[in-house]
Amino acid sequence: MEALVDNSGVKRYLVTINVNGDDYTRIVKANTLLVNFIRDELDLTGTKKGCELGDCGSCTVLMDGKPVNSCIVLAVEADGHKFTTVEGVAQNENLDRLQESFVDNAAVQCGYCTPGMIMSAKALLTRNPQPTEEEVREAISGNLCRCTGYVNIVKAILAAASE
Amino acid sequence: MGEKYAVIGKSVPKIDGRAKVTGQAKYTGDLKLPNLLVGKILTSPHAHARIISIDTTEAEKLPGVKAVITHKDVPTLKYGISPARWDESIFCSDKVRFVGDKVAAVAALDDETVYKALKLIKVDYEVLPAVFDPEEAIKEGAPQIHDEYARNINTEIHQNFGDVDKAFAEAHHLRTDRFVGNRTYQCPIEPHSAISIWEGGKLTVYSSTQSPHYFQHYIAREFGLKMGDVRVIKTYVGGGFGGKLEPTGLEFAGAVLSKITGRPVKMFYDRHEMFAHNRGRHKQIMEITTSVDKNGKITGVYANFMMDGGAYTSLGIATAYYAGAMLPLTYEFVNFKFDMIRAYTNLPACGAQRGHGAPQPRYAFECHLDNVAADLGMDPIELRLINARQPNTVTPNDFAVNSCELTECITKAKEISGWVQKKGNLPSGKGIGIGVGSFVSGAGYPIYRTNLPHASAIIKVHEDGTAATLYTGATDIGQGSDTVLCQMAAEAMGFRYENMKIVAADTETTPHDFGAYASRQTLMSGSAVKQAGEEVKGQMLELASEMMEVEVSDLDCRDSIVFSLSDPEKAMPFGEVAREFFVRKGPLVGKGSYAPPKLGGTFKGAAVGTSPAYSFAAQISEVEIDEETGEIDVKDVWDVHDCGMVINPGLLHAQVHGALYMGMGESIWEQVLFDDKGKILNPNLGEYRMPTAMDMPRITSELVESYEPAGPWGVKEVGEGATIPTMGCYANAIYDAMGIRVNSLPLSYEKVWRALKEKKEKEKA
Ligand code: FES
Ligand code: FES
Repeated sequence: MEALVDNSGVKRYLVTINVNGDDYTRIVKANTLLVNFIRDELDLTGTKKGCELGDCGSCTVLMDGKPVNSCIVLAVEADGHKFTTVEGVAQNENLDRLQESFVDNAAVQCGYCTPGMIMSAKALLTRNPQPTEEEVREAISGNLCRCTGYVNIVKAILAAASE
Repeated sequence: MGEKYAVIGKSVPKIDGRAKVTGQAKYTGDLKLPNLLVGKILTSPHAHARIISIDTTEAEKLPGVKAVITHKDVPTLKYGISPARWDESIFCSDKVRFVGDKVAAVAALDDETVYKALKLIKVDYEVLPAVFDPEEAIKEGAPQIHDEYARNINTEIHQNFGDVDKAFAEAHHLRTDRFVGNRTYQCPIEPHSAISIWEGGKLTVYSSTQSPHYFQHYIAREFGLKMGDVRVIKTYVGGGFGGKLEPTGLEFAGAVLSKITGRPVKMFYDRHEMFAHNRGRHKQIMEITTSVDKNGKITGVYANFMMDGGAYTSLGIATAYYAGAMLPLTYEFVNFKFDMIRAYTNLPACGAQRGHGAPQPRYAFECHLDNVAADLGMDPIELRLINARQPNTVTPNDFAVNSCELTECITKAKEISGWVQKKGNLPSGKGIGIGVGSFVSGAGYPIYRTNLPHASAIIKVHEDGTAATLYTGATDIGQGSDTVLCQMAAEAMGFRYENMKIVAADTETTPHDFGAYASRQTLMSGSAVKQAGEEVKGQMLELASEMMEVEVSDLDCRDSIVFSLSDPEKAMPFGEVAREFFVRKGPLVGKGSYAPPKLGGTFKGAAVGTSPAYSFAAQISEVEIDEETGEIDVKDVWDVHDCGMVINPGLLHAQVHGALYMGMGESIWEQVLFDDKGKILNPNLGEYRMPTAMDMPRITSELVESYEPAGPWGVKEVGEGATIPTMGCYANAIYDAMGIRVNSLPLSYEKVWRALKEKKEKEKA
């Protein structure tokens, strides 16, 4: 990857990252985190930051279909990959069945973990459309929620799967 | 129209559900404003040190830095959420009192520059001896943390009701136990953040706050501004649990940085800084003595407590009082003595975490009671039923209890958990335990002295009658007050929930409310909303009576239809009447406000714990212990709650789940740890071990029929009540499984393993 050097000697890189179906070409620093790229450059603030250490899962996005914590991925590593964020889950006006199920099952309280939860659940249901409760719990075990005790989140994901 | 209520009592979807599942909901950290700067606070690396000098010149020279401030640039007025002890400063001037104390702040173009600039600020410290243990802190000769508070005593309480000495002297059985709690942290998933805009004498603050009102009050006070010139706007808030109740350095320092730069400044805490700011649960050291008569009736209780307050007061005075005040609420006894010392230490300040001061004492008491039951050879449930609080009673500390279905809660929990079959019959390593609890439905008095009503509301019907907006200062931090209050507004108006809109928690556009704490909003804000809704309905019906030529007394409105009670065929859409109202008389508006009646006694501290109503709960859990590793596996929890009439069952049970979850974390894993220099060892979500989805047991949340006369439609609280029994409930189940008690929180695998090892060794010997 070719670097541009600014007048203070900091290197910058040209990346093209596909988010929710659209290519975005931007100049980033070597240490730019994907989560900040998504939130600051693209203004897609549905992807949250709860720890910036890879502990909480609030920043979960799908990288080529697989869930990753976008706070521990560099924008330069993301170059050329396809990402889905929570903003890319609904189809126009229509909520995804997972999103509907979260609302219907009171699985949302403060909502801060919700985008990350939905992305982890989305990845699970794509890979395994009929998960067991244990598999659901495992799939979201990297996503911390302080509000719900996970009870209704698990219920919502199972309900969406059984539709 | 057979059902009693059209809107309340139903699990309508959350009003903000869609915004939250699509990622459209904006939290403070998501907001962007033109010309926005980023700011951060420099904190102390020492637990206790004198500040010799601060040199900001290098930081100021860094390109991109717009302002660097220290104590010289900010008001020196001390602040704090507890008016009785204002002991915090925007920045420390003489000394720092814990690792993380506020020293300076920077505003710059971007995060990276801010962090670089913070590193360039040079602070010379003279390190002082520090104290981290409350029992050490109060000893003569311990390092003095605040000059004004000798022996580091922040709060000292001595209360004595009835005659405990006599009760003890005449006791059939007397027992003392000692328990130690843990320092835990609320850990909302959203980090605190605030955007301050100081423009032409007016300060606007967007903040992740639980109480725009208290923020407005204290920010105005600090800067000598009129309340009307301070606007606090709550955005979506990613959880609070007590940790976002008081303004932080983010609001105070951000305001000054904005004033100096003339630009909006966004301040935030990272996860580590959140742990350092803290305001989480106090660690309490609890010695309890109880006397019982031969039937197991409690005749007297003496609670001798101490708590580690950390370096500042925060809400800790109230916490200290709550710790004792809630004890005689759950069980009935008349002789009660309570001594408490809240000590300053060189650790982050503790405050009000879900359940406030009550959960740890409740844990201690529930364990203690099981010990008493064992001494007497009684079933723990039997002992609880003998002593359970009854409706329409008064506690020794003068709390009037109206509705109370604790007996029913215990009985039902016993039934659905299969207690009778299980107790004493579970295989080795398995156990079952009970814990009960009770909590306030809103504090009887505000945090600072004022005669403002506790809550108020305005409902405006849109001119064409197709929608109505509720304006309320009530603060939704995730628990769902926006939804529940809209349901209540719609019910009172005879309107449809689906057509309700809400504007909440903005001190400029919404009427006053104290915010989200002490489980107050469903009852208190709900009362104001009900009144506002009824005022709308009254005006509607009056006009409808003219339009329909039906007596007002024969009219009602439900589901957005005005109809005649005697002839329901005669009906008119709400919208039509409302539109006509606007044409003839202008805006159709209803308003309401709520102040609790005068509550409580006259002794010192009598206000804390007063409430118009109290909730009650019983929890039973079943656990399995791995006797080789000490690992605790909670299999099942049954929670039965008395929370009065339920407005939204879906959200209510969700509150129980979440409260229980927090209690579970505190029972088994959660604890903020420090090294011997007062540095936090686990200031991250990896090592501060919150439960994950894999850790959670099966949860059964049930209710009992209950109606609270002091609440609108009979409501009471649920948000905090379910945290209270959990620690004791788990501890008792673990005790039942192991036959040996661990007397401190968290009941970690290691402690369990050690206790089992000790027990085995004793058995061998
Ligand atoms: S913000 Fe990425 S895991 Fe917490
Ligand atoms: S809903 Fe608040 S953190 Fe999950």
